[in-house]
Amino acid sequence: MTELVEPVAPAEPAGAGRWCDRCGEPSAAGGHDACAAARALEPPRYCVHCRRRMKVQVVPTGWSAVCVEHGEIRG
Amino acid sequence: MPEILDQARTQVLENGVGLDEAGVLAVLNLPDEDVPAALQLAHEVRMRWCGPEVEVEGIVSLKTGGCPEDCHFCSQSGLFTSPVRSVWLDIPALVEAAKQTAATGATEFCIVAAVRGPDARLMKQMREGVAAIRAEVDIQVAASLGMLSQEQVDELVEMGVHRYNHNLETCRSYFPNVVTTHSWEERWETLRMVRESGMEVCCGGILGLGETVEQRAEFAAQLADLDPHEVPLNFLNPRPGTPLADRPVVEGKDALRAIAAFRLAMPRTILRYAGGRELTLGDLGTRDGLLGGINAVIVGNYLTTLGRPATADLALLEDLKMPVKALSATL
Ligand code: SF4
Ligand SMILES: [Zn+2]
Ligand SMILES: [Zn+2]
Repeated sequence: MTELVEPVAPAEPAGAGRWCDRCGEPSAAGGHDACAAARALEPPRYCVHCRRRMKVQVVPTGWSAVCVEHGEIRG
Repeated sequence: MPEILDQARTQVLENGVGLDEAGVLAVLNLPDEDVPAALQLAHEVRMRWCGPEVEVEGIVSLKTGGCPEDCHFCSQSGLFTSPVRSVWLDIPALVEAAKQTAATGATEFCIVAAVRGPDARLMKQMREGVAAIRAEVDIQVAASLGMLSQEQVDELVEMGVHRYNHNLETCRSYFPNVVTTHSWEERWETLRMVRESGMEVCCGGILGLGETVEQRAEFAAQLADLDPHEVPLNFLNPRPGTPLADRPVVEGKDALRAIAAFRLAMPRTILRYAGGRELTLGDLGTRDGLLGGINAVIVGNYLTTLGRPATADLALLEDLKMPVKALSATL
């Protein structure tokens, strides 16, 4: 799904993804402070690399999120 | 001392008789300065009729998302544009979650599925999952699988599920504003069958769905009427994509008023802090609630959102000198 991937904005901080992992909108567009705050009590929902909705499993002591393209992350 | 608290001191604390709807409403309408006294009394009631133990529970989602129902607060409904995707937990991961829950000292492990009611596939997963947990982990197994048939109730009893959760969510008069795909009465019918089966009834709801204070009192009275073994109290955590996404969260003081009022309505029930407390009350509120009528917590994460680390709650309980209820006390 490369058509979903836009060029990374030069101002993007190192390590951040292209897409907000909470709302799925472009990270570079800004306005994600509330998303970042909410993420303290939520697992990610969108893959930061490709914007796909991930399969997220929450268990009492952690969570895992899988993107079919970019694999699994855990927290 | 406000009159309602004087009345509650005799009626609830001394005689163990819960407040009725009018009494609950009076507590919910107490001015801010009287809230500490209400919490103090609710705490005394809890200590007198339940004791100092706190029941600790972990919950896990066996089947997440894709639910055909339309509960307006729920990110797991397949009818809204929620980012929550449908996913099943496999049996090894379920058993591992039960082990990790038991390792925190929890005595309860509740298996939850986002469904209207169980189908054959879910019942098969439950049979295998519950058997595997009971073979490998020292923990009581509870379940929350939506509306049940009598056969399914009987099957859960056979599996060894000791408690069944089915929340009424809100009072009868407000329910149609929150759910349109099934009725409050249908939920009540499942609760009736569960009660008759001998399983413990766990039934609570969510505050902050847009109900009035009067409807909150109505809800407490209806729960008291049901007389559940356990009442989980949630505060709305507005979820993106749901019809209630833009609702404000419950004010901390109102949440504490509700905790005191629900305890004064139900002196003997297990009143559990469930979802949304972190958002509504923060760290301090968790302490205030435990000193205001709450005697059970869900530790760790919820079904689709995260909670405080279990260690933070357990440290708080130690600080408050409230022992975690032991497994032997629940058998
Ligand atoms: S029945 Fe349960 S999982 Fe389904 S929408 Fe309602 S609250 Fe969510
Ligand atoms: Zn965002
Ligand atoms: Zn991806």
